[in-house]
Amino acid sequence: MTYNFHDEMNKPERLVGGHRLCAGCGASVAVRGVLRALEEGDRAVVANATSCLEVSSFMYPYTAYEDSYIHSAFENAGATIGGVEAAYRVMKKKGKIDETFKFIAFGGDGGTYDIGLQSLSGAMERGHDMVYVCYDNEAYMNTGIQRSSSTPRFTDATTSPAGTVEPGKRQNKKNLTEILAAHDIPYAAQTTFWGNFKDLHEKSHKAIYTEGPAFLNVLSPCPRGWRYDPADLAEICKLAVNTCVWPLYEIEEGTWKLNYEPRKKVPVVEFLKRQGRFAHMFEPGNEWMIEESQKYVDQQWEKLLKKCR
Amino acid sequence: MAIKDRLSGNEAVAIAMRQINPDVMGAFPITPSTEIPQYFSSYVANGEVDTEFVAVESEHSAMSTCIGAQAAGARAVTATSSCGMALMWELLYVAASDRLPITMALVNRALTGPININNDHSDSMGARDTGWIQLYSENNQEAYDNFLMAMPIGEHPAVQLPVMVCQDGFITSHAVENMELLEDEKVKKFVGEYQPENYLLKKDGTLAIGPYGISAYYMDFKMQQVEAMKQAKPVILEVAKRFEELTGRSYGFFEEYEMADAEAALVIIGSSAGTAKAAVDQMRKEGKKVGLIKLRVFRPFPMEELAAALSKVGVVAVMDKAEGFSNAGGPLFADVRSALYDLENRPKAINYVYGLGGRDIKTTDFEAIYEELFRILKAGVTGPVYRHIGQREE
Repeated sequence: MTYNFHDEMNKPERLVGGHRLCAGCGASVAVRGVLRALEEGDRAVVANATSCLEVSSFMYPYTAYEDSYIHSAFENAGATIGGVEAAYRVMKKKGKIDETFKFIAFGGDGGTYDIGLQSLSGAMERGHDMVYVCYDNEAYMNTGIQRSSSTPRFTDATTSPAGTVEPGKRQNKKNLTEILAAHDIPYAAQTTFWGNFKDLHEKSHKAIYTEGPAFLNVLSPCPRGWRYDPADLAEICKLAVNTCVWPLYEIEEGTWKLNYEPRKKVPVVEFLKRQGRFAHMFEPGNEWMIEESQKYVDQQWEKLLKKCR
Repeated sequence: MAIKDRLSGNEAVAIAMRQINPDVMGAFPITPSTEIPQYFSSYVANGEVDTEFVAVESEHSAMSTCIGAQAAGARAVTATSSCGMALMWELLYVAASDRLPITMALVNRALTGPININNDHSDSMGARDTGWIQLYSENNQEAYDNFLMAMPIGEHPAVQLPVMVCQDGFITSHAVENMELLEDEKVKKFVGEYQPENYLLKKDGTLAIGPYGISAYYMDFKMQQVEAMKQAKPVILEVAKRFEELTGRSYGFFEEYEMADAEAALVIIGSSAGTAKAAVDQMRKEGKKVGLIKLRVFRPFPMEELAAALSKVGVVAVMDKAEGFSNAGGPLFADVRSALYDLENRPKAINYVYGLGGRDIKTTDFEAIYEELFRILKAGVTGPVYRHIGQREE
């Protein structure tokens, strides 16, 4: 399959306009990018964890989804879509359905890294034929930018504010992609909005069309929470990848593969300085925060390189 | 010909499930309901059902699985108890609001605090406002029969609400009783196929379920549930009538026992009704006009019917096997006394909270309660309304 940007962008959208997400929000870009990988004629059931995405895309009586859709609660998108998939298997067995359906859940980092982790882990372990997509914007944006376990260290979030004695969030970001990979599922990958969306598209296609459970972690910036100019979404993602803050990699049947290695790593400070959530790191006396961030990214990158070699 | 057997309440419900052959079961073990998914998974293992058994990692995921499956167009069941149901809590509301007629076998057990594995009704009584239909069973036969009637009630187009079929943990779930089963084909015919109008996997159609309902719409969603719960009342009676034609066993909203000329009555739920009936029999032999009402349907609450049934008695003791900490009586008492308010000559009413965490209640306790009711009748003074029985006195 050769990726053709023009053809892909001209496909009918499966998440249509009119939803209420902010301009410059990564969530809808992630959803459209993933759903574009569905092959023509294949139907889908989309599930959402409670999130910005959910409250903005299915506000009664309007839905932005062309496919069947279910939202149940915040912490149970994994189990909910697993239930739909179980119903599909038995209804297919009984001859009640002849169409092909794919099952795709979307949750933010709150619904995935934190409150929904158990439900997701269970669904992955049970082997449902489904894809779980985390649109990771690194904080609880729906309730107003509170820290999550995905929030990077030093982030100024509303429950980890940078103050006179606190440097912002104290803890490093949880490595969820590796936690999912440890479930030994057939496919897990990390991606973002990179270049012409080829990486997102190909990973989505693999995730959807690999039999069994698959997981995609899509870095999906939030202009309100990260405090960048909405027009800079693609630029922010590019910096995340080129600084190695968010490496592009995949684990296919246990084999780790790095999908992109920057020729020259861009210093992390270039990523940090574009975002208001890190602004306090640039105040006099806080240079150590920038140094610590660089050190952490370097360590994580070296560990990843070892896994991918 | 009905099949005579000796079964525990758990096995009887598991057999009902096997006979129905639901599409999906999502369940997580918890005492005393654990045997139900155990029996059922052995039916799956031996190819006796077509069901996808989803062995989830928690009750929260069990109910989530059922919601996903039922929304997809399948018939979903689960079984749980106590804290397991408490973990499902928020999703009970979701299931009812989404109008998904999921069927739950609830084996009543006390909620933790302190942990206790024995029977009371604190789990389902706490869930009385979730929008689920609640059917209660006195014995194993009723647990089986109620389970067979649950889907025809819940799936009725005018209802479309989830149903929990309650029985008392250990008392009926584990005790083996003689009972009658229906033949598999008769069950399948009685329960029928699940035929929702809209579902996620419908051919040539899509469905979006579980919206964000803002203030401009939320209350109207609730009003539709209110209407469905209202509609459930005639449907419950219709289904009971059809069931009686099939089995000869008669069910209503409640059973009236020796109520025709009763002066003192109890209102009670579940297995303790059996014990209370023995006390009634004994006292009737002594010429005392006592009777009882055993409530089968707590949600929807049969307010007018219950008031009519109690309109002739002088005094009522409402028996609550759950504490509500309202300082004003248990949950059943609140509803029963409210139902009595509209009667022109309403009986005096007192409340007894009993049996918490499996504390025994004996025929002699019920006799003492009836004697107390006669004292109230004679004195014309109710005295304390909110009472407890069976607790340590020292």
